[in-house]
Amino acid sequence: MNSLQQLGHGALTAFQRLGRAHLFLFAILAGLPSLLLRLRLLIQQIFSVGVLSLVITVVAGLFVGMVLGLQGYNTLVDFGAEDSLGVMVALSLVRELGPVVAALLFAGRAGSALTAEIGLMKATEQLSGMEMMAVDPLKRVIAPRFLAGVLSLPLLAAIFSAVGVMGGYFVGVGLLGVDEGAFWSQMQSRVDFDEDIMNGVIKSIVFGVVVTWIAVFEGYDAVPTSAGVSRATTRTVVYASLAVLGLDFVLTALMFGEI
Amino acid sequence: MQNTRLVETLVGIFVAAGFAALFMLAMKVSNLNAFSNVEGYEVSAKFDNIGGLKELSPVSVSGVRIGRVTSIAFDQESYLAVVTMTIDPKYNRLPTDTSASIFTSGLLGEQYIGFEPGGEEAFLKEGDIISLTQSAMVMEQIIGQFLFSKASEGSKTE
Repeated sequence: MNSLQQLGHGALTAFQRLGRAHLFLFAILAGLPSLLLRLRLLIQQIFSVGVLSLVITVVAGLFVGMVLGLQGYNTLVDFGAEDSLGVMVALSLVRELGPVVAALLFAGRAGSALTAEIGLMKATEQLSGMEMMAVDPLKRVIAPRFLAGVLSLPLLAAIFSAVGVMGGYFVGVGLLGVDEGAFWSQMQSRVDFDEDIMNGVIKSIVFGVVVTWIAVFEGYDAVPTSAGVSRATTRTVVYASLAVLGLDFVLTALMFGEI
Repeated sequence: MQNTRLVETLVGIFVAAGFAALFMLAMKVSNLNAFSNVEGYEVSAKFDNIGGLKELSPVSVSGVRIGRVTSIAFDQESYLAVVTMTIDPKYNRLPTDTSASIFTSGLLGEQYIGFEPGGEEAFLKEGDIISLTQSAMVMEQIIGQFLFSKASEGSKTE
């Protein structure tokens, strides 16, 4: 009886959180238009969310592309199809790895920082202080961070894919001796702009919304203690990563699958 | 104030880099640029069977790419496939009796059109039609013929 009650309590708490998260999202969206008057806040946030994630994204993209080039070459060379290396690298990057890995890195690098920052603001009662001064923290603190995340991730994912293709090129053409013309021309003839690249961009926009939404909500909803903030930060990384991987399957099935 | 300017500059660089990456993906990686640089002169050829030839497939002479296939259509008068190719204008000294064949790069690779230059004095120009063509080899037909000849061989020896 007791365990049943606990289960029910858990479920109700989870649904309450989900409901709060959605109300929170609508409140942020309602706060976005007034952000246009305060572009400086947005730029400041794009700096801390996007620009500071640039290094990790570029380095990770380069190495992912290089590994793809190496592994792809080892498999393709058995069939004498190493000319298709460019297609393989480019399609894996723009369709899947670019949006997904960039979003995972973004959740770890920027998402956790957002949650910790907002959680700490709440714990040190800065948010209540703003309310006392009749400043809406949703508009002043949350909305710029949310929009900055949504705008930054697609750019980061595009940079990740582009750098990854260059990494694959360095390894494939530079080190392993794949024909340069075949590398690019096969890539260009197989990769479609609307089908592949734009779908990748749409994916990264969706991931940007989800990751940033989870990050700012966890921070805003954190228990205002140091332990609560640390738990909220962990939850952001875990939930955001799982949401990205799960949504990626759904989006892939919708975009490229026959389902 | 200095700090704000630095931040804004860095954000500007970030946004520019993001769009540059997208632009590079669009132009260098995808087929988008294939539509923008279709400059050159067009020639066409008729084939019995084009196999797996696609638009944007390469056109090459001696293995060097000189153009791309721009359109593929079916001619209901002659029941032949009409393939229109755009050739890079710097390769303007192809004789009019050049022959076009459809080859496969590697055993399972992409199909492309290979030109074999002839000996005429006049050169191909915009709108010309290549009359000497050789169709794609369709693997199923070859295997079919092979099996058929094997079978007839077998029945003769009995």
